[in-house]
Amino acid sequence: MDLSAINPVLLIASLMVAATPLLLAAIGELVVEKAGVLNLGVEGMMIVGAIAGFATAVESGSPFLGFIAAAIAGAALSILFAILTQFAQANQVASGLSLTLFGLGLSALMGQSYVGVKPPRMGDIHIPGLSDLPVIGPILFGHDIILYFGIILTAAVWWMLKYSRIGLVLRAVGENHDAAHALGYKVLKIRLAAIMFGGACAGLGGAYISLIRVPQWTEGMTAGIGWIALALVVFASWKPWRALLGAYLFGGVTVVQLNLQAAGVAIPVEYLAMSPYLITILVLVILSADKSSAPAALGRNFHASR
Amino acid sequence: MKLTNLLTSATVALGLAAGAAWAQDKTKVGFVYVGPVGDGGWTYEHDQGRKAVEAEFGDQVETVYVENVAEGPDAERVMTQMALEGADLIFTTSFGYMDPTINVAKKFPNVKFEHATGYKRADNVSTYSARFYEGRAVQGTIAGHMTESNIIGYIGSYPIPEVIRGINSAYIHAKKVNPDVQFKIVWAFTWFDPAKEADAAKVLIEQGADVILQHTDSTAPQAAAQNAGNVITFGQASDMAEYAPKPRVSSIIDDWAPYYIARTKAVMDGTWESVDTWDGIGAGMVGIGEISDAVPADVKEAALAIKDSIADGSYHPFTGPLKKQDGSDWLAEGETADDGTLAGMNFYVEGLEGDIPQ
Repeated sequence: MDLSAINPVLLIASLMVAATPLLLAAIGELVVEKAGVLNLGVEGMMIVGAIAGFATAVESGSPFLGFIAAAIAGAALSILFAILTQFAQANQVASGLSLTLFGLGLSALMGQSYVGVKPPRMGDIHIPGLSDLPVIGPILFGHDIILYFGIILTAAVWWMLKYSRIGLVLRAVGENHDAAHALGYKVLKIRLAAIMFGGACAGLGGAYISLIRVPQWTEGMTAGIGWIALALVVFASWKPWRALLGAYLFGGVTVVQLNLQAAGVAIPVEYLAMSPYLITILVLVILSADKSSAPAALGRNFHASR
Repeated sequence: MKLTNLLTSATVALGLAAGAAWAQDKTKVGFVYVGPVGDGGWTYEHDQGRKAVEAEFGDQVETVYVENVAEGPDAERVMTQMALEGADLIFTTSFGYMDPTINVAKKFPNVKFEHATGYKRADNVSTYSARFYEGRAVQGTIAGHMTESNIIGYIGSYPIPEVIRGINSAYIHAKKVNPDVQFKIVWAFTWFDPAKEADAAKVLIEQGADVILQHTDSTAPQAAAQNAGNVITFGQASDMAEYAPKPRVSSIIDDWAPYYIARTKAVMDGTWESVDTWDGIGAGMVGIGEISDAVPADVKEAALAIKDSIADGSYHPFTGPLKKQDGSDWLAEGETADDGTLAGMNFYVEGLEGDIPQ
């Protein structure tokens, strides 16, 4: 065992990178579910965002444009889900699952000519002085811009849901769409907006994997992160800061366990491998012991005539 | 009502007859893949083999494949489906399909099965694998020469004999040319998860490794090494030439095409028998990708010498004297490992650190 081989600064810096795709997708889905819609297609929107962002970044040479394209692609795919569930009144669970399957297939098709291509690099920000500080510099001031965007987005969503009028309306739609409708709110339009926001966030998360975390395009490269994001929303009891905590815990334990393995720590590898799931669930379940619960109208379709 | 029933059954009977007649015209070959065909590694090469079968026999064969099949009950379902749809020969291309293959084969005695990298056979189940450890000997030689930090990172997938053989073989040959070399092994517990593979590679690089060997299927570790700068890697299962000349300095290439063509031909001719095939560099099932210019000429020469001596059979990568990790004797001076021991290898050789997950 040689724990000194682990550099805690690099460790924390890389756990933040590992957590960001999960955080982005989870925050998006959180807003969707707060509006009373259950979209199980996160994985599909992520993977389509991953290839759309990758392709755009390669063709244009700008990773930034890639991220914008990824958000648009994710949102576009989510519109499909919105049409099916909000206007055609299809079952949300089935539509979400098929969205994932569709996204995986579509991304494989789109990505055929991008296997093995190297994307342009997204530079890390560099603030003179601050980024050069020992320890704090690499952890707080040495990342790419999207990572900070994820944290800012969490704060913004938290503030929006808790304090703003839009947040209040969104929550009303998610808790009781009939009452919201009676008050004159456009339930379907609000839900459509929420679904598109969720799609855009999932797309960003996917592009973060293909452009920064890995960075390359491989079929099926999100490998289940969308599903973990879905579970994370539930375990975080629909609270943005808990989703952030959960994402960092999950990303953190994933990176820590690989570090411990490489350092030869004498813990059986199976326990290390399951630890990210176990610890994240455990912490969030303990946190959610209070009376927070799911939005009351979650997964129920709305039609004005009923 | 009766007329409808009659009509329905007539249609079904017609359909069945037509289906059967169709099936006899063509030999139907199924492939079950553990990852996507675009992984750039393991599954990609199997799919190249499938395409080679199509190119060879043209209209005489029909191939079908299912990708991203999880190891376990899901695999059994996919194989059963293939067999029901009239496949004559089914290749199941991952270690974890071993028991599902045996189970499904029992139910379909007339369908031939070929399971890659396993060790369980039946009258209608063959096994085939490549001696990847021969390629690992070449990689180990290059790695041992090239490392400056003397730390070599190894990304393992699952602790199964095939992977452990690779680790041992690479270590033995790295140690031979560089006695100070140390292996850091990380088990990813997945064949394919680019994000996790990239994380594993980054962790190993952060802990000082300047050579990364991988036994997982995607090219993600190559990308991670490229970003890190002064790190070299080897293509796994496929050439991964898009990362040459650096970080990828060489590779192990699986060439399944000749085997798949031969076995399909055997089914067509009715000469198929259950066999156990285990070929290496000599037979061409394991190819060594071009050693790039990032490798100094003398190192390249040494690596090629090892490769040639393995190919002509004059050298076996597991030649004594070798001890097991616990210090007990394994092979005496000049003795070579037998295939039985290799097939079930579940121990590290002396000098490797850490435990194999059980």
